[in-house]
Amino acid sequence: MARIIAGVTSSHVPAIGAAIDLKKTEEPYWKRVFSGFEKSKEWMAKTKPDLVIAVYNDHASAFSVELIPTFALGCAAEFPPADEGWGPRPVPVVKGHPALASHIAQSVILDEFDLTIVNKMEVDHGLTVPLNLMFGSPTEWPCPVIPLAVNVVMYPPPTGHRCYMLGRAIRKAVQSYPEDLRVVIMGTGGMSHQISGPRAGLINSKFDKAYLDGLTRDPKKLARIPHIEYMREAGAEGIEMVMWLIMRGALDDKVKEVYRFYTVPASNTAVGHIILENASGSPKGKRPVPTGRHAPKRRAALEAKQVVVRSKR
Amino acid sequence: MTAAKEAKEKEAKEYDDIPGTFVFDADRSRQGYHLNMFCMSLMKAENRKAFKANEAEYLNRFALTPEQREAILKREYNRMLELGGNIYFTAKLGATDGHSFQHMAAVMTNSTQDDYAKMMLAGGRSVEGNRSRSGLDVRKKPRARNASAKPAAKSKLRSTPKRGKR
Repeated sequence: MARIIAGVTSSHVPAIGAAIDLKKTEEPYWKRVFSGFEKSKEWMAKTKPDLVIAVYNDHASAFSVELIPTFALGCAAEFPPADEGWGPRPVPVVKGHPALASHIAQSVILDEFDLTIVNKMEVDHGLTVPLNLMFGSPTEWPCPVIPLAVNVVMYPPPTGHRCYMLGRAIRKAVQSYPEDLRVVIMGTGGMSHQISGPRAGLINSKFDKAYLDGLTRDPKKLARIPHIEYMREAGAEGIEMVMWLIMRGALDDKVKEVYRFYTVPASNTAVGHIILENASGSPKGKRPVPTGRHAPKRRAALEAKQVVVRSKR
Repeated sequence: MTAAKEAKEKEAKEYDDIPGTFVFDADRSRQGYHLNMFCMSLMKAENRKAFKANEAEYLNRFALTPEQREAILKREYNRMLELGGNIYFTAKLGATDGHSFQHMAAVMTNSTQDDYAKMMLAGGRSVEGNRSRSGLDVRKKPRARNASAKPAAKSKLRSTPKRGKR
């Protein structure tokens, strides 16, 4: 059985990609940013996932204003890097996993998430920059990647709650896939930034840090943040943080925060990065046995739930 | 929809209260469709070449309004956003001109590239005083209608920048 073992968030600032491509990573400005991902690369090398689901947004590369899908799942065998005006980034072609991707599509559509299936798509810095940050710059990406593109360019993007619930549905879909795969899910974009209009350059570290805290401890609270609050507090483009909630929805309620990094700025943006591991670690995603003052009551409640499930069979 | 109704709807958008911000919503997406498709066309090298050779003539290929044409030719990036342009699209025009994104940011914020870069290095533009045009600090009360919201310092930023000032 496939299972989601961990979630990662990471900014996807295009200038980070340019710094990698132009070999500027050792310059002091960029070193500050990249040094924050050294531990993450080690973690990734140790974790060795069989597959990555990458939640990201397209920046007028694959989708223009002709077609604006709210959720678009990449079901192709491969996704070439897009030419964003300076030629395609010199990164490997992203290899997909059509079998699991179409399984996810089928499962979540029946769960009432009517996403768009994409069988041909180029991927831009929104996807490839986070892969670089987590995997470095190998000649081939070490595992297949299923891209999930979310519209955050045209208002309104899906609500935080919708994103969180889609994450739950993706988790269910992955867990019903028969092949034994260890999956890491990535939420990309953010954190606070505004790159348009006279208010460009807005950064709100206080909001960002509280958001990172909430991501670990109380994601359901984050799922209730209205769009207006993201735009007001974290900048017009900071709204893309809703994508992180898809990642978070796909994890256990209780997670272990294994790493966090935050720095300002990378180009126009606050960089936020967190690694969360499922606390249960159990292949079936079972909750850990409750402990503490109310443990007997909660254990009884859990057992009662399991009886109900059994009686259905 | 009648014009009056449309005007009323426009008024009701609570995000218009955010200073210095043009939210690219479905209305602007409709209004700016051809402007954004023009920008999208600049992804191709041959189109960039044709545009650079004769900008005005190249723009004839797109069903732009006179205001949109003028904004493009004068590189008024805020005006483009106001007329339905989206930043990820207009950035392609900046790139065609050979400018870095920071150049565009400086133009949009009526600053110099150097000052803008310095502001970012110092932690960016503060949200304090930049939340609201109406002066209502609605941080804890996302519904702007709430009359009990505390008034805060009025923002210095205007959503619509003074015309003719670059």
